Amino acid sequence: MERGTREYALWSIGIVLVLIFALIPVIWLISVSLKPPESITDGSFLPSEVSFENYESLFEGGIDESPFIKPLINSILIALSTTVISIVLASFTAYAIARLEFPGKRAILAGALAIAMFPPISTVGPLFDMWRSIGLYDTYLGLIIPYLTFSLPLAIYALVAFFREIPWELEQAAQVDGATPFQAFRKVIVPLAAPGMFTAAILVFIFAWNDFLFAISLTSSDASRTVPASLAFFTGESSFTEPTGSIAAAAVVVTVPIIVFVLFFQRRIVSGLTAGAVKG
Amino acid sequence: MEASAPAHPSPPAAAPRISQKTRSERRLAWMLCAPAVIAMLAVTAYPIGYAIVLSVQQVDLRFPEEGGFVGLDNYGAVLSSDLWWTDLFNTVMLTVVTVSIELVLGMAIALVMHRAIFGRGVVRTSVLIPYGIITVVAAFSWQFAFAPDSGFVNKLPFIAEDMDWFGDRVSAFAVIIMAEVWKTTPFMALLLLAGLVTIDSQLYEAAKVDGATAWQRFTRITLPLMKPAILVALLFRTLDAFRVFDTIYIMTAGAQDTESVSILGFNQLISRLNLGLGSAVSVLIFICVLAIAFVYVRGFGVRVEEGRPGR
Repeated sequence: MERGTREYALWSIGIVLVLIFALIPVIWLISVSLKPPESITDGSFLPSEVSFENYESLFEGGIDESPFIKPLINSILIALSTTVISIVLASFTAYAIARLEFPGKRAILAGALAIAMFPPISTVGPLFDMWRSIGLYDTYLGLIIPYLTFSLPLAIYALVAFFREIPWELEQAAQVDGATPFQAFRKVIVPLAAPGMFTAAILVFIFAWNDFLFAISLTSSDASRTVPASLAFFTGESSFTEPTGSIAAAAVVVTVPIIVFVLFFQRRIVSGLTAGAVKG
Repeated sequence: MEASAPAHPSPPAAAPRISQKTRSERRLAWMLCAPAVIAMLAVTAYPIGYAIVLSVQQVDLRFPEEGGFVGLDNYGAVLSSDLWWTDLFNTVMLTVVTVSIELVLGMAIALVMHRAIFGRGVVRTSVLIPYGIITVVAAFSWQFAFAPDSGFVNKLPFIAEDMDWFGDRVSAFAVIIMAEVWKTTPFMALLLLAGLVTIDSQLYEAAKVDGATAWQRFTRITLPLMKPAILVALLFRTLDAFRVFDTIYIMTAGAQDTESVSILGFNQLISRLNLGLGSAVSVLIFICVLAIAFVYVRGFGVRVEEGRPGR
């Protein structure tokens, strides 16, 4: 069939274009990170010779001297803490919204939505001032608190959507058998809800991992500075060399694991990102 | 989501007696919601109130001894400065351009994901890559690519070898827009796809039988039925694009008149430590966001309860 072949060719072109567009910056970063320092300005898309020098210099000197190790640890710990706290708080709220009848339910959903639209820059100045006076400036907690605030709407909406799909008869059965509402939640619903909670956790983690504005505003040293912020402060070997190679290497280190993770759990992420986007 | 109306209609508000069970259910619900509500308000409602208080005072951390109530002077200073209006123009222009490109591209990708005869998985996989990448990292990657010394872009045919992309306002914006579009189109595409899958395929079959072309089917069936999904996606992307910060900070740091209002706020608050003036900028940005949301909700009739947060 002539039309079939043409359609097939058109789809192929479209798919290849999307693929190239999506992949170019990633391949380019990996390529730059693998170039030896003397050929970093050669401008070729792929490295002519492969060297791991940029990676070695990134980790050189251990935790005290390396400009990257401490921020990497900070990023991981801050993003993980945010994820755990956010998912626990959001599950409580999402359970109440999906399951219980109470006045104020719509107000909480609307408020969460409003916070998702809130411009973070509007809170940066007051937080900077408040954190300095109560000692949260340049601490883990000083970043975890704003991340919590801005990730909760994300987590609540995703979890409400998942919780509404759960077969609630099981919970009623547990209550008939004498379980309290809290026991019914913990013993019956949590295991059923775990996949949805995991999805919401991925979204929250990526959000906290990605933040730059709070990270540069509320930190001043490697005590709590995360990777995105530290990249902006990278310097070259001397004041005349650009830190291009080390930034590229650091970028690859923080990007590749997340991409592998995202691709591995892509179905969950798509359902989480679009949860509640449409009500038929 | 299922098509049914809310599964639990609320009891009438004026019910004469609330049963013991209802009361304990409410108490449990409020207890479960309280921590998240407090966490959300602590870093939004309180700071925005505090920002308003700071914005009517002279607070400059470099000169802590000066200070005091100055009324609307800070707002006057911001609104009478050319910088604010340049940055507001930049931000609005960036928002309109990036969101428009994203809508077209996102729709194309959503259609490919929805109707592709093959390769659906490949497309979905590849659009998730930009989503998973840190914005700052993506900005660095594009910056290196367009840099005159180390980039590969100037080596491409039809591009001047010595083109200084970040040395000129228009070309710098072109690169910034490209990086923003790359990073956020996937989210748009996924939101649109979620709307696309709810359309009954029988409508297309019927239109085909009646002789409608593919374009007619798209404009007469797909677009009208997707209007709610499109508006929700546009609302979220518009508000997200309006707070653009990371990409500009990394690529130009506002040089060549490429500053956005968020960069202006950051410079006043954190770089110059002028909390009074910076807070006035923050409050003005907050008012802009409220205005955008209001236009979408009242002007276009977006039903926000059906929307979702995220980026």
